[in-house]
Amino acid sequence: MTAPTPLDPARAAQLAAEFGLKPEEYDRVLAILGRTPSLTELGVFSVMWSEHCSYKSSRVWLRELPTKAPWVIQGPGENAGVIAIGDGLAAVFKMESHNHPSWIEPYNGAATGVGGILRDVFTMGARPIANLNALRFGSPDAPRMKQIIDGVVRGIGGYGNCVGVPTVGGEVNFHPAYNGNPLVNAMTVGIAKADRIFTAAATGVGNPVVYVGSKTGRDGIHGATMSSAEFSADSEEKRPTVQIGDPFAEKLLIEACLELMATDAIVAIQDMGAAGLTSSGVEMAGKGGMGVELVLDNVPQREEGMTAYEMMLSESQERMLMVLKPGREAQAEAIFTKWELDFAVIGHLTDTGRIVIRHKGQIEADIPLAPLESEAPLYRRPTEDTPPQPELDAGSIPDPIGIEAALMRLVSCPDLCSRRWIWDQYDGLVNGQTVKRPGAADAAIVRIEDHDRALAMTTDCTPRYVVADPVAGGAQAVAEAWRNITATGALPLAITDNMNFGNPEKPRIMGQFAGAVRGMAAACTALDFPVISGNVSLYNETEGRPILPTPAIGGVGVLEDARQAIGLGMPAGADLVLVGTTAGWLGQSLWLREVGGREEGAPPPVDLAAERRNGDFVRAQILAGTVRACHDCADGGLLVTIAEMAMETGIGATLSPTPDAVPPHAFWFGEDQGRYVVAVADAAAFIATATAAGVPATRLGHSGGGDLVLAPGRSISVAALRAANEATLPALMEGRSA
Amino acid sequence: MKAAIITFPGTNRERDIRVALKRVTGRDPVMLFHRDALPAGLDLVVLPGGFSYGDYLRCGAMAAQSPIMRDVRDFAARGGHVLGVCNGFQILIEAGLLPGGLLRNATLRFLSMDCRMRVERAGTAFTSRWQKGATFRAPMAHGDGNYFADDATLDRLEGEGLVAFRYVDDRGEATAAANRNGSVRNIAGILSPNLRVCGLMPHPEDLVDDLMGGTDGLPMFESLAEAFATA
Repeated sequence: MTAPTPLDPARAAQLAAEFGLKPEEYDRVLAILGRTPSLTELGVFSVMWSEHCSYKSSRVWLRELPTKAPWVIQGPGENAGVIAIGDGLAAVFKMESHNHPSWIEPYNGAATGVGGILRDVFTMGARPIANLNALRFGSPDAPRMKQIIDGVVRGIGGYGNCVGVPTVGGEVNFHPAYNGNPLVNAMTVGIAKADRIFTAAATGVGNPVVYVGSKTGRDGIHGATMSSAEFSADSEEKRPTVQIGDPFAEKLLIEACLELMATDAIVAIQDMGAAGLTSSGVEMAGKGGMGVELVLDNVPQREEGMTAYEMMLSESQERMLMVLKPGREAQAEAIFTKWELDFAVIGHLTDTGRIVIRHKGQIEADIPLAPLESEAPLYRRPTEDTPPQPELDAGSIPDPIGIEAALMRLVSCPDLCSRRWIWDQYDGLVNGQTVKRPGAADAAIVRIEDHDRALAMTTDCTPRYVVADPVAGGAQAVAEAWRNITATGALPLAITDNMNFGNPEKPRIMGQFAGAVRGMAAACTALDFPVISGNVSLYNETEGRPILPTPAIGGVGVLEDARQAIGLGMPAGADLVLVGTTAGWLGQSLWLREVGGREEGAPPPVDLAAERRNGDFVRAQILAGTVRACHDCADGGLLVTIAEMAMETGIGATLSPTPDAVPPHAFWFGEDQGRYVVAVADAAAFIATATAAGVPATRLGHSGGGDLVLAPGRSISVAALRAANEATLPALMEGRSA
Repeated sequence: MKAAIITFPGTNRERDIRVALKRVTGRDPVMLFHRDALPAGLDLVVLPGGFSYGDYLRCGAMAAQSPIMRDVRDFAARGGHVLGVCNGFQILIEAGLLPGGLLRNATLRFLSMDCRMRVERAGTAFTSRWQKGATFRAPMAHGDGNYFADDATLDRLEGEGLVAFRYVDDRGEATAAANRNGSVRNIAGILSPNLRVCGLMPHPEDLVDDLMGGTDGLPMFESLAEAFATA
C-alpha cells in the first residue's frame, strides 16, 4: 500500500484550470490535502466543486425558498423531494435539466435526462408513475433546430416508452434566445409508502458498499464539468462527454431495486448520476458522517484498461450504489442476478471520515470528506437588477388586424399551436392509470393503482415575463403551476424547480436568478406551495448570448377521488363564466409579440392574495360538482382560453359583448393573471356564490354550436381554428399538413 | 377463468392487462416471470406489451427464444388460448405461433394515439361480445406495428377468416389514412387457424374504464370471461 502519487505541481495547476477549477479553488484543494493532488483526486475535487454538483453560485439564493409544510416529508437535499398525499402514500418527485447534452447530441442527451430523473425518484423507494417535461427550443428556422426538436422528442419518447412510465404532460416554448442553447427539463413523479422512503445517508462501519446496474465505461467523463461551462463553436468536440442511455437496463434496474427495497436489506442508496461513482460515494459517506473505502478492481467494467480516474469520473448510465446491512449480500445479489444486472461489492464504510480509492494495489485517492463539502466554494456573486419595464397602456396600442384574424394567428403560432405532433410520440397511457391525457385538462391526472386517489401534475414557466421582470416572472411561474392544478379540482401541494439561467458571473444574470427566487418564494409562501426539490442549470449561453431566464416549475397536487377531476373541453349547453379581473394587460403578451410585432412592456403582475382567493373558490366549486369544465387563462389571454376549450370538443359558444372600459383586443388577448374560465349550468347562481365569497365573476356567454360567435354576424369556426392549431407543428417538422 | 400473464425482462404493460382481466373476473390473474414454468390448468395465457429485451435484436425475437415459450407453444398446441398484445403479438410471430412480420411503422416514428378497429371475425373467445363489422377505439403505442406477410399468407388469412381486426376510419372504412403504421391490408390483429391464438398491436386493455376515457376495449375481456365462465 502506498499513498496517492501526486501530480507534478505545475502540471496539476494547469490540469485544474482545464477541469474548470478557478485558481483560488485550486488553492483550497492544496490546503485541504496539504500536498499536490493525484490525478484522481484532482478529478474528484473538480467535479464535486463544479457548478453542476456544488451549486456554488446559487446556494445562497436558494436558501430563501420556503421548503416546509406539514405534508413535506423530505425537502431539498436528497435525490428527490417527498410529500404525504394521504392513504399512507407519498409522492416523490423532482425535475432536472439535461440542456447541454441535449444541444450536443439531442437524442441521447434528452433520453439520459429522462433516465437520470427516473433514477432520482426510484432511488427514494418510489415506483415512477409519470414523466413530464419542460422544453425550450429556438426559432424553428434556426440552424439545426428541427434536428434538435426531432432528436429531443425522439429521445424522451425512446426512453420513457421503453421503461414503461407514461409521459403525461409538459410544455414547449420557442424563442430565438434558445437558438444555441435549448432547454430539456425532465420531471418524474413516483409513489411510495410514506413510511418506506430510502435516503442516501449511509451508516454502519464495515457495511458493504455495493455497485448494481450496468457496467462502467469511458462515457460521460467530466460531463458535470461540461455542463458548468458556456458553449462555444468547438462544443461539437464535447460529444464524447454525452452519455448513451439504455432504457432496457433502467427498466430492469427499477424492478430489481424496488424488489430489494421491499426487503429490509438496504441501509442507504444513491444513484450514480452526474459525476458518477465520485458523487455517489462522497454523498453517501458524507451525509452519514462516515468514511468509505472503494476497491475499483471490483467495479464491473465495460472496457479494458480503465484507470481509477476514468472509473471515478465516468457517467455511464443506469448504475446505483447502495450500502447493505451486513450479511445481506447474497439476498441482494439473487435479486439482481434474477434481473440480469451486474452486482458487485466494491468497498465498505469506515469511520475515518475519508474517501479512499484503491486500484491495482495502489491508493489512488485519499481525501477528507468533511472539507470536500464544508470548504466547497460558495459565491455570493454580484447582482444587477433588471431595469423596470414601462407599463403599456392598452388604449394607446392599436389593433391592426381585428379579433378574428388575431385569434387565428395566435392559435397557430408555435407557442400556442397543438402539441399533438410531440405527444403522439410519447406513450401516455402505459400502466393504465392515466385519467386525463395531454391536452385534456390543465394538469395531467394519473390515478394511483388500487386507490381512488390521483395526482395532478404540470410544468410551467413564462420566460418572456421573467426576462422583463424576474420577480414578477418568478412569482407567475409558481402561480401558473398552482392554477393549472387547481383548474382540475386538485389541491396543489408542492413544487420542484428547475432553474435555467445564463452565466452567473455576469451581474445581470445573477440578478435575474436572485429576482426570480424572490418572486418564487413570495408565491410559494402565499399559496402554501413549498419547494421540495430542484436543480440549477447555469452557463446556458452560447457565444456570450444568454437564454431567457427560465425557472421551470413542476407542480404536484392531489385529488382524493380521481372521479372528481375535470377537464378543459367545452361542454354543450353550458354557461361560461370568467373568474377573476380583466384589465386588458398587453405588456409581454403573445398578442403584442405575434400581432403587434413587439416584445415589450412590464409583464402582468400577480396579485397573490387574489390568486389564492380565486383559486380556492374555483377548486371548491369543482369539488362541489358545480363546474363541468375549467381552463385557466394563460398565454394568449381570454379568447385563446375559450378557443382551446372549444377545440378540445369541437363545441363553440356565443360570447357576450365586451365591456366598454377595456379595448376589445386588450379584453380578449390581455394576459391578466389569476383568471379561470368555467363552464357551469347556471351562470347567475355561480356568480351569486362567487360574489358572496368576494370573488369577481362575470358571465362570458353560453356554449353550443360549432362556432365562436363574438357578435351577431361575427363568428369563427371552431373547425377552422382546430385545423390551424393542428397544422403548425407537422408543417414545421415534416413539411406536411396535419 | 384461470389466466396467466407472462413478463419478460422489459415487459411493461403487464399491470394494464392485469387490471383489465381483474375487472371482468374479479380476481387477479397469475403473474409469471419468464424463468417460471407454465402451471397446469390454465385457460388463457397473455403476453403483454412492452420492450422485451429492449427490442434490441428485433422486437420479440429474444423473448421468443425464452424457455417459457416452449411451454406456451405446447399449451397452444394442446388447444390453449393465447393472447399477445403489441410486443406480445411480436413475440407470437417470432415464436412462429402466428404468421407474418411486424415492421417499423411506415411513418418511421413511434405512434401513440387512439386508433379505430373493425371486428373482422366475431364469434371467437376474443371477440364474441362484438358483432362482425362493429368498430371500436383502442390506444396504440408502438414503433414496430406495421404488419406484413406475403400475398399467399394474406390470402389464406383472409380466406380462412383469420383476420381479427382491421384499422378503419370513423365511418368504418379501411382507408389508408386510418392505417397509421402502414400495415398491409390495414391488418391490426390476426388469429391462428384454430382461432385460439390472437395477436394484435393496439391496446384494448387500456380502455376498459370510463374514468380512463372509455370502455371500448372491455368487450374483448368480457368475451374471454364468458368463454371460460365455468372455469
